[in-house]
Amino acid sequence: MTAIAEHPSADVVDADPALRVDGLTVDIRTISGTVRAVDGVTFEARRGETLALLGESGCGKSMTATALVGLLEPVAEVTAGRAELVGRDGVADLLAVDRKARRKLAGTELAIVFQDALTALNPLYTVGTQLAEPFQIHHGMKAREAKAKAVELMARVGIPQPETRLDSYPHQFSGGMRQRLLIAMAVALNPRVLIADEPTTALDVTVQAQIMALLRSLRTEYDMAVVLITHDLALVAEEADRVAVMYAGNIVETGLVAEVFTNPRHPYTRGLLDSVPVNAVRGDELKSIGGSPPDLHSIPKGCAYQDRCPLVADLCRSTKPALDVVAKGHRSACHFPQEVVNV
Amino acid sequence: MSDQLLQVRDLRKTFRVPGSKSGLTALDGITLEVGRGETLGLVGESGCGKSTLARTLMMLERPDSGSVSFDGIDPFALRGKDLLKFRRRVQMVFQDPYASLNSRMSAGDLVAEPWRTHGSMYASRGERQARVRELLEMVGLGAKAADKYPQEFSGGQRQRIGIARALALNPDVVICDEPVSALDLSVQAQVLNLLNDLQRDLGISYVFISHDLSVVRHVADRVAVMYLGRIVESGPTGAVFDSPSHPYTAALMSAAPTLDASHRKERILLKGEVPSPLNPPSGCRFRTRCWKATDVCATERPPLAVDPQSATHGAECHHPLVGEPALSASA
Repeated sequence: MTAIAEHPSADVVDADPALRVDGLTVDIRTISGTVRAVDGVTFEARRGETLALLGESGCGKSMTATALVGLLEPVAEVTAGRAELVGRDGVADLLAVDRKARRKLAGTELAIVFQDALTALNPLYTVGTQLAEPFQIHHGMKAREAKAKAVELMARVGIPQPETRLDSYPHQFSGGMRQRLLIAMAVALNPRVLIADEPTTALDVTVQAQIMALLRSLRTEYDMAVVLITHDLALVAEEADRVAVMYAGNIVETGLVAEVFTNPRHPYTRGLLDSVPVNAVRGDELKSIGGSPPDLHSIPKGCAYQDRCPLVADLCRSTKPALDVVAKGHRSACHFPQEVVNV
Repeated sequence: MSDQLLQVRDLRKTFRVPGSKSGLTALDGITLEVGRGETLGLVGESGCGKSTLARTLMMLERPDSGSVSFDGIDPFALRGKDLLKFRRRVQMVFQDPYASLNSRMSAGDLVAEPWRTHGSMYASRGERQARVRELLEMVGLGAKAADKYPQEFSGGQRQRIGIARALALNPDVVICDEPVSALDLSVQAQVLNLLNDLQRDLGISYVFISHDLSVVRHVADRVAVMYLGRIVESGPTGAVFDSPSHPYTAALMSAAPTLDASHRKERILLKGEVPSPLNPPSGCRFRTRCWKATDVCATERPPLAVDPQSATHGAECHHPLVGEPALSASA
């Protein structure tokens, strides 16, 4: 009745890039002016690898994902950047494609799994209909053939008795099963890139473990690049190969998880890691980051983290630090990356 | 630790559900104790009954049977003024600092609101205002915060207002229902530190409900693990975390991701999900997902197996784990 989870391997660093995001910038129009929610984000996701976008609420991680899949709210707008998806038929810029081209890419090359499976599924159609839809639209299958594919898919993601559950509606499934359905829909057409936006946040830990194990095995089976969006450091430590830490719309540190988490080069990453109660003795003072993230309306000039940073200097108030290399494959947007150890 | 403040014996609560004869048994014989100045961590997955238990301790639900003894008093036997006096002693901090504060009241009014019901506590307006300032200082917001409204505060600061309000009546026990789960990590640590400092200074007891095991490990003196309306394992925090006896506890611990590689356990992937509490399994309620289940688990309720290493650590299991639980589980 049990299985042991395999740990993510670190030897996929040189796999093919499937998604290259360069300088992605998203502005949101609000009553009190335009704010920059994503500020020139650059990262790369490779096939067979999990890249985590890690950050607290409002840091722009979900906005990055919605921009990539073209689901931004009308008030939000991509104002700069490129996002190259290396697909079967060549390279497409996700930020520049027209509706028709995007529709062709949706599901076949790029898919997304949302946090809240109940709102992501249509309550008025049976899950069989919803799971069969991608096959009918993209592969031109007949209904019966597509239903057979749906059953196959349900079995693959671990839904018991798929033939009988085909005619059930989303509300008749538990939270974990709904998330499995959503994952099944996402991988139906074997996409190159799967974006998972907080896929287990609404689930209990024992179910979370099941869902993450499923995502891992699908990633290997389909050789997908998985972009895992989360606020959970421990989940990143266990599931991701590389991590990009976001703060106030910027990536402040990126690199291999093992490297970034053991040898952080940005004081924010360091602060987050110290805030997790690990081995903390009962009653011990936890280290915490003072203050709270800046309001997007009033991000300070220079480094966005300056008001909470123990290393802050005059330079930080005047000049925004670039995301520079600090070690092989490890970048940090801090003026004083070498001093982070002393914090 | 010190003497027991709160004793709960065999608490049962079943809700009537249309179309179900047996109803939904949310609490199926809960027994627990909370000492003075102690923190009891309550862990379990959604639907296990932890919120019903919290509501019962707050006297928002009346149990079907069983007893609650608070400092020797049975709160459910109290009426009128005695009951009002009693309610002061148990207060609550809620999960969602956005939903639990009225956005049309200032922070000062929110903190002072409990005294509208308990008017005798601070007689004069001046006294009340002084106490509000004191409470806001105590939770690290500063007296000036009194005139601001909830929407002017961040999530962490709002939770501090909620804590100040819970402390306004000088309670003996504060029930914290997922007090930090809505907060960002960097802010979570601040609030946990605050709760810790307040306990040290005021000697209050906490019943700390959380699904986050690393948080519970940090704050709790003792832990009780709930599954489908029962406490399946309880004991000192260290004992329960480091050598869980119940397979469910072991699976729960192993399922939670951890940052610390040295604490990482081989993952026990449980089959399926928690069964519906409307139709719980016979015998041991965990048996449908348990890899150690045998015939006896289906027919008989498991007895309490006490850890030979620690008399206060016990689990309700026919086949309690000994030694390395994760290894024996994966074998």
